[in-house]
Amino acid sequence: MVRQLNQMQDWARETRIIHGRIVVLALMMLVIMAGLLYRYFVLQVLQNDQYRAQSDRNRIAVRTVAPTRGVIVDRNGSLLAINQPSFTLAITPERADDLAQTLTTLRDLLGLSDQDVALFSDARKRRRAMSPVPIKYRLSDEDRALIAVNKHRLSGVSVASELTRFYPEGDLVGHALGYVGRIGIDDVDDTKKDEYRGITHIGKVGLEAYYEDVLKGGLGVSRVETNARGVELDVIDRIEPIAGSELSLHLDLGLQRTVAQAMGDMRGAVVAIDPSNGGILAAFSNPRYDPNKFVNGISFDDYAVLRDSRDSPLLNRVIQGQYPPASTIKPMLGLQGLNRNVISIDTRIADPGWYSLPGDPRRYRDWILRLRGTGHADDMNLRESIAQSCDVYFYDLAHRLGIDALAESLDEFGIGSLTGVDLPSEKRGILPSSEWKKRVIGSNWYGGETLIVGIGQGYMLATPLQLAVATSALATRGTAYKPKLVASVAGAALPLEPLLDVTAPADYWNEVVAGMVDTVFSPRGTAAGMRTGITYSVAGKTGTAQVVGIAQDATYDEDLLSEYQREHGWFVGFAPAENPEIVLAVLTENTGGGSTAYPVARAMLDYWMKQNEQ
Amino acid sequence: MSNDFSRNAHVSSRELGSRTRILHALHIDPWLMLPLIALSVSGLFVLYSASGQSDTMLMTQIRNLGVAFFVLLVTAQLKVATLKGVSPYIFSITVVLLIGVAFFGVGAKGAQRWLDLGFIRFQPSEVMKVAMPLAVAWWLSKKALAPARRELLIAFLMVALPSLLILGQPDLGTSLLVAISGLSVIFMAGIQWRYILSMLFLTGLSIWPAWLFVLKDYQKQRVLTLFNPESDRLGAGWNIIQSKTAIGSGGWEGLGWTQGSQAQLDFLPEGHTDFIIAVLAEEFGFRGVALLFLLYALILVRGLIISWRAQSSFARLLAGALIATFFFGLIVNLGMVSGLLPVVGVPLPMVSWGGTAMVSMMIAFGMLMAISTEHSVTQGMR
Repeated sequence: MVRQLNQMQDWARETRIIHGRIVVLALMMLVIMAGLLYRYFVLQVLQNDQYRAQSDRNRIAVRTVAPTRGVIVDRNGSLLAINQPSFTLAITPERADDLAQTLTTLRDLLGLSDQDVALFSDARKRRRAMSPVPIKYRLSDEDRALIAVNKHRLSGVSVASELTRFYPEGDLVGHALGYVGRIGIDDVDDTKKDEYRGITHIGKVGLEAYYEDVLKGGLGVSRVETNARGVELDVIDRIEPIAGSELSLHLDLGLQRTVAQAMGDMRGAVVAIDPSNGGILAAFSNPRYDPNKFVNGISFDDYAVLRDSRDSPLLNRVIQGQYPPASTIKPMLGLQGLNRNVISIDTRIADPGWYSLPGDPRRYRDWILRLRGTGHADDMNLRESIAQSCDVYFYDLAHRLGIDALAESLDEFGIGSLTGVDLPSEKRGILPSSEWKKRVIGSNWYGGETLIVGIGQGYMLATPLQLAVATSALATRGTAYKPKLVASVAGAALPLEPLLDVTAPADYWNEVVAGMVDTVFSPRGTAAGMRTGITYSVAGKTGTAQVVGIAQDATYDEDLLSEYQREHGWFVGFAPAENPEIVLAVLTENTGGGSTAYPVARAMLDYWMKQNEQ
Repeated sequence: MSNDFSRNAHVSSRELGSRTRILHALHIDPWLMLPLIALSVSGLFVLYSASGQSDTMLMTQIRNLGVAFFVLLVTAQLKVATLKGVSPYIFSITVVLLIGVAFFGVGAKGAQRWLDLGFIRFQPSEVMKVAMPLAVAWWLSKKALAPARRELLIAFLMVALPSLLILGQPDLGTSLLVAISGLSVIFMAGIQWRYILSMLFLTGLSIWPAWLFVLKDYQKQRVLTLFNPESDRLGAGWNIIQSKTAIGSGGWEGLGWTQGSQAQLDFLPEGHTDFIIAVLAEEFGFRGVALLFLLYALILVRGLIISWRAQSSFARLLAGALIATFFFGLIVNLGMVSGLLPVVGVPLPMVSWGGTAMVSMMIAFGMLMAISTEHSVTQGMR
């Protein structure tokens, strides 16, 4: 009984103990479960916005959509630069099982070059994770078939259709248009990086580079749903990209073709300008290159050929070729001589075939001496001297002006200054003066040097475009506009920008222009060979630019000079002479003289006048 | 027989309905069974979504559940006295097996948890989850409660040895659960509060040496990440950031079944295993979470009631410890997924993908049912 009582007491005590602990346990459970539930309530209800946003950031990736680059058309709407659908091979490195193996396979299949692989590695550094990196553009049908058949060996490889820049006229307008190329590491600075997300190409040279900002367009944005591995699953919404602006050029493709035909194999540069607005009607540089080769990375070998060629096909001679302007500056100097009262319309000079400065035995020869053994005449006036390109008259004029007034005179015509054409990397040429010589060469000016500069030789250098602009100031009798290839951007005409303003009395202008008309139409004119069958009036000026200096007593003998030492031929002019519609400058390199240049001008003017009649 | 009567609860001549009587005969506790079934079925929906709508995984999980419920029913048929009788042997054998694992175990990912007996590969540590509370309850109910110092000391040794063996595998999560299953028996048995408090104090003191000498680098990283997940966004912090994002973006209503972007787009790691509640939270919102909490609460309450009403001190200690262990695993998972606790590999009971843990848990519920449906006044020896 006692034992039973003890046992009952035990049981009661143990029950009390355990029940007590169960109560404690229950309380703990209540508190902790309530606390945890509250934790979920805080996360889910109170902080819902924050986590929903976080989840969207996870889920939604913003992808840029590249805009279509603006097309470039000539004045009649002919297409010069367009965007063509093409297929691009790309690799997403993260999805390639073995990138090195994939690259090796692609090399075997498609003949990828080391350069392709190098550019690929470059591009890899600039892209976002999980995005495809292009490795070969413009796949041929055969390439695509090869890729399709070998798909299983090419993990991470994809073929995308995209628009690629194409220049239908190939090398014909190549120098002016320039080209786009794959964006390299240094092409876009950090401030503009965002504008180029998703864009693969950028204008590298020519108009493509100069007008990059308007051609490029604005990026579109597409929000896509992606999973944790960045794989796109769905497009949520999309802001369409803004297409780049269309560039409409002053350039006339027909005129450009005419130039190309007339130039044939001759190296040189031709530029034609509309004097009423500075619009460039033709801009041609020979030899040429096909800009299409550059669009998706020219091979090192091809590039080496272009770069190392003695003929410098990459040089746009219109704006980068610097040549002695030779006699083409004579009309300008004549006008400024009249303006500055160092000569008059009636001033006559005797030309025995050479000129010397007082007290200096050195003879400065007239070019005619070589042909006729004598000078032009002993009573040459300005008009005749322009038409016949009398050197002695201009030696004398230069001497009367002195080098600094001479430099100022030509400076008014823009010689030695950038024209500000809408192309990058324009060269400014050289307009020498005594100050210039001291600064650049480091010595004093000699009187004899003035004479040489007076016939556009010596230190003086000018680009064909500079001479065309200067000549356009003669054509309009004083005003030249900044030369421009582009007439309008997205339909909006670019404003006129006056560049040169030369003032002179009307009869001075008339006299000089008359001399230029005589150049073509008088029997003794240096471009008289041009007039046969001509139906319109032309004012012009030839020039023959010496490439190597001729020693005092040596004579110029073409046959003894290597091809690259022969003289350049110039022709500048405008038509119709009274009411000019077109101004042009033609330079033919190492052709021996102006007689190779004016046939090109004639062909251009024929085309232009005929076209404008219709 | 009559001697023992007084130590047992007096079973009144309760009016038992016929249906209840049938369940009782089958040793099924309906108040425990219903929430368990509800939880398993809801868990299947979540798992289907979390697995990326994998039919294979769904079928496998259904099979696992089938096995687990079968094990539950079998266990429920055992008599409490039998459980008590075999507990020291199960415990001893399992300890031996754990030592065996330490020397001959196989495993993966740097952890040695499995024992390959040739015909079967299994984790003795899972068995220990059940063997531990049985053995400690057996030991402490041999003498009158509350336990004296000698009994306590041995009980602590019984807890410490297997826990340390499992910790050494290393398997921190299971080690903690095993330790808790034993410690909760000691707690239920009425260990004096001063011991509890001084132990908590000592635990606090031992954090420093534990940090230096016991925890592995990856475990330390998990703790550090807890306090500042952003410090390692793409590494150890990823799980916590993504699971909090999944939970938080669910809102009240959730994004809809199989519509959670965190879960479906693979941002949430381990979505079908340890982090499955994040999937539920994202897709069913706070309402779904609250419902889940309710089901767990029903199980906990029923577990406590079973312990309260049990017919012997052994049964009470065992029932209390089993439900406390279940509770501990639950809160570690809920806390870890919501960023309150370090990431420890503890699954969400009854919902997470996986068979082994589910079976050992169902053995525990089977034992709870055995205790709950025990009605013979002759049972429940000391």
